[in-house]
Amino acid sequence: MTRIGVVVFPGSNCDRDTLRGLELAGAEAVPLWHEQGDLDGCAAVVLPGGFAYGDYLRAGVIARFSPVMRAVAAFAGDGGLVLGICNGFQVLAEAGLVPGALLRNRGLRFLGRDVRLGAERLDTPFTSLVGDGRPLRMPIAHGEGCYFADDATLDELERDGQVLFRYVREDGTRAGVDQDAANPNGSLRAIAGVLNARGNVAGLMPHPERASDRLLGSDDGLPILRSLVEAAARSERATPALVGAR
Amino acid sequence: MSQFRFAVNVTPKPGILDPQGRAVEGSLGHLGIEGVSGVRVGRRVELTVEAADPTAATAVVERLARELFANPLIESFEVEPR
Repeated sequence: MTRIGVVVFPGSNCDRDTLRGLELAGAEAVPLWHEQGDLDGCAAVVLPGGFAYGDYLRAGVIARFSPVMRAVAAFAGDGGLVLGICNGFQVLAEAGLVPGALLRNRGLRFLGRDVRLGAERLDTPFTSLVGDGRPLRMPIAHGEGCYFADDATLDELERDGQVLFRYVREDGTRAGVDQDAANPNGSLRAIAGVLNARGNVAGLMPHPERASDRLLGSDDGLPILRSLVEAAARSERATPALVGAR
Repeated sequence: MSQFRFAVNVTPKPGILDPQGRAVEGSLGHLGIEGVSGVRVGRRVELTVEAADPTAATAVVERLARELFANPLIESFEVEPR
């Protein structure tokens, strides 16, 4: 069974949900403590939601300097699969492992509610099983989720296919930026998730693990986790020496 | 080695949306104050550095400001010796 690690920072609070979601998606999911300097032989790593190190200074910035993040950065540099969810996305952005930054929500409030997401790419390790392009319903829970990058970077992301998810309306059309409830935090170009240039690191603000079972009201997030598990299993078969090397 | 005291002021870069600044500006009418604009809310970090001389101490603070206190994509900073 493919082993996938979920990093636990002091202040992470979605680690157990994420472990459970990954198990439902068919992985052996194991927690990785923030002070450990290795990834315990995992074929992929997820940075979960929460408030790592209290989110002091700026969301995600202090977590960036933890021992486990050095291992995650090295793993990502070798092509290893890394997914950051919510606070995990903020950590990846602060670490420069994905482009852009997450600013305070445009309306200043912390928001916890369902949104609709459109996958822009269906050929990535994070979306290969997402399927038909129907909007995915899953929750957000964040105060700093307004995606920002300068115009040149945004153009580059669009050109290079690095926009992974956008906030969409119920009919699947792309949400606006200002005064559109479908874009909850005012993210530029309605961006909810991005990829790094190489395509092996992704971050998104909504929570697929909180929509991984019908009992939770939606299982639209499960295909994202299943895509990751399947891609991790493939990478494990392709490069067994890489796995656990760090 | 001597001790040097600094403050680092971090503010959102021009053009970056600052909803906190906007909310503060929006409240000024309630205080009966007019003619105030361009409110930007940032943060200030004060710290003491032990170093051989002011140049070495400033170098440490600038590195901290660049790598930790400010995110260069969205924020700028000023180092202020005290």
